[in-house]
Amino acid sequence: MSIAAKANALWEYANPRKFLETSERVLPFFWIVSTICIVVGLIWGFFFTPDDYKQGSTVKIIYLHVPAALMAINCWLMMLATSLVWLVRRHHVSALAARAAAPIGIVMTLIALLTGAIWGQPMWGTWWAWDPRLTSFLILFLFYLGYVALWEAIEDPDTAADLTSVLCLVGSVFAILSRYAVNFWNQGLHQGASVMRAGAVTGADTEEKVSNVFFYPLLACIIGFVLLFIALVLYRTGTEIRARRIKALQARERVGG
Amino acid sequence: MIALLLRDLKLAFRAGGGFGLGLAFFLIVTVMVPFAVGPQSSLLSTIAPGVLWLGALLACLLSLDRLLALDWEDGSLDLLATAPLPLEAVVTVKALAHWLTTGLPLVLAAPFLGVLLNLPMPGFFWLVISLLIGTPAMSVIGTFGAALTVGLKRGGLLLSLLVLPLYVPTLIFGAEVARRGATGMEVQTPLLMLAGITAATIALLPFASAAVLRINLR
Repeated sequence: MSIAAKANALWEYANPRKFLETSERVLPFFWIVSTICIVVGLIWGFFFTPDDYKQGSTVKIIYLHVPAALMAINCWLMMLATSLVWLVRRHHVSALAARAAAPIGIVMTLIALLTGAIWGQPMWGTWWAWDPRLTSFLILFLFYLGYVALWEAIEDPDTAADLTSVLCLVGSVFAILSRYAVNFWNQGLHQGASVMRAGAVTGADTEEKVSNVFFYPLLACIIGFVLLFIALVLYRTGTEIRARRIKALQARERVGG
Repeated sequence: MIALLLRDLKLAFRAGGGFGLGLAFFLIVTVMVPFAVGPQSSLLSTIAPGVLWLGALLACLLSLDRLLALDWEDGSLDLLATAPLPLEAVVTVKALAHWLTTGLPLVLAAPFLGVLLNLPMPGFFWLVISLLIGTPAMSVIGTFGAALTVGLKRGGLLLSLLVLPLYVPTLIFGAEVARRGATGMEVQTPLLMLAGITAATIALLPFASAAVLRINLR
């Protein structure tokens, strides 16, 4: 199959019916595998890894904190991609997927902020500090709120999809700007990225790396969260499509009756 | 373009145009701060740059919902959209008019309010400079927010929710310039960043505002 043909195959899912059919077929798989991954990862992480020599058992909140934080950012990226697809190719499924993803992003951001606060209290002695990472997440949370509020405020679905897409694009630029501004504004307590750093997997002995004992259950949790996110987005997009259909049917009925 | 600018300025200055409302708000916020945190002059002079920046930002925000809403209500926005002038130019002129009637008076008033908050002597110059450079960005970003919410019945609160996160970088760098200036530290880095943000928003955001306005006028 040529690349162009493959690309065409992807766009087939812009057809709501095709999208619903396929998503319903793959959804059980995503639900089951993500549940297995998260359950295994959490049990493994909570009960079968040693306590950290410095942080004690509080380190184990990492199994919720890191995956949630990763998904909070990736969710915005996904919304950015689907917004672009909507603006360029006008596929309704794409716009609805962005709409469906936003509340999930809010929840992930909240989980990351809350678990971070619970972790920070024993480790740094404070629930909250105006650290760059914490602050950027709070700002990301505000962006999500504005995005969802704009969706809710506009009645016409196409106008709402257009406006929120533009807001998502502009917001992304400003979110990145804020990230650097906040970095400049305050040096932080939070450690740097230590999970996906090259040394983390190979076991190179760096100061802040996550050691293998913690890494594999964490990886299971991350995979679980990714699959859970995909499953939730597919599920919620399906709901949005059906809600849209019900509205269309009701409108038709009013006109006909 | 000039005719449109003059029209907007005239509308703003005449009765009911709301000119001076932002200024009065800025004054009141500044006066309320000592009531809230106590009258110690050392404390006030520490927080003065930040408070003045925040006050100016909120005063700017207050006047945003009238920026396009009045033209939307009486239909002149539709005329402007069908005029030979590109919509990008229209929103730029609107932002400029907003800056001249809201941003510039705030910049000029800021030093006097700085006296009330016991701003240190070297801080005055950098406060005015940072506001002078930062307020155009606030007007342009605000125009984008106003264009997003123009068709909504109760857009005011939503407008603040949308615009305030976009103000974060401007506020951080602007207040940093004022704060560093007040304590005699070097201000070049945040000043250049602030100027960069302002230049980039003026160059790029009118396109987004015009696109959004077109969607809303559809």
